[in-house]
Amino acid sequence: MRLKEKRFGIFLTFCIMALFWVLLSGIFDAFHLISGLVCCAIVAILSHDLLVKGKSEKRLLKSLRLILYIPWELWQIVLANVDVAYRVLHPKMPIDPLIIEFETTLRGEFSLVTLANSITLTPGTITILVEPEKGKFWVHAIAKEPADALLVDQTMQRKVAHVFMETRVETETQEAFE
Amino acid sequence: MVIVNGVVIALLGAGVFFTLVGSIGLLRFPDFYTRLHATGKCDTLGGGLVILGGMIYHFFHYPETLLVPAKLAFLIFFIFIANPTATHAIMKAAYKTGVEPWRLGEERR
Repeated sequence: MRLKEKRFGIFLTFCIMALFWVLLSGIFDAFHLISGLVCCAIVAILSHDLLVKGKSEKRLLKSLRLILYIPWELWQIVLANVDVAYRVLHPKMPIDPLIIEFETTLRGEFSLVTLANSITLTPGTITILVEPEKGKFWVHAIAKEPADALLVDQTMQRKVAHVFMETRVETETQEAFE
Repeated sequence: MVIVNGVVIALLGAGVFFTLVGSIGLLRFPDFYTRLHATGKCDTLGGGLVILGGMIYHFFHYPETLLVPAKLAFLIFFIFIANPTATHAIMKAAYKTGVEPWRLGEERR
């Protein structure tokens, strides 16, 4: 099982690298294609665990949900920019910065990175610190309303948790085993 | 072509507007953290919109080299990942070295 995962990781890395090579070179003669594929194979064998990490179930479903999540995120980015533009250009500058903390159900590295970057890109909030063990976030909010959106509504946490299927906290069982 | 040019001009204009707003915010906001709010968000969308405009222009005016829009699409993708990560890194460095956040009513720094 372990070996199968590793082979899949190498194969996936190789495919992504090959796609990049073809797109970035744009030359389709035999010499360039073959030398590119050889380089891709070397890179894939040496560093596949940087890109595809460990075992993970339902990878396809997660990728699909991530792709569905991106348009919503892009719309949030537009809203964030309009919000910042309003606060910058308003003569009285309606800002009231504060730092908030909250815990999430997320534990995976990729899901934490996604949520941290999403928080930074959405209206009025920037991630300061993340504690992966507890899924704890420190966030700097520019005013009260964006802070409430994260603390009270929690739309974004729920969406990211839905994408990566980490809605339940599994720390109790892990502690029991240790 | 007129429609394409109009769309491209609108995208470039919006991109320039957001980049300008980011720069004004950098000057107007009172402290380190709030200034990062302005630059971290506006540069991402501003740069993305400008590149998207270039992509559409190239796609319709030089359809024989389709690789260029594909490369530009990768640029947008990487900007949207790298920009929030860099903002977060600067923010974390400031927080760890003890830069005090500005509160409402204090003097601007």
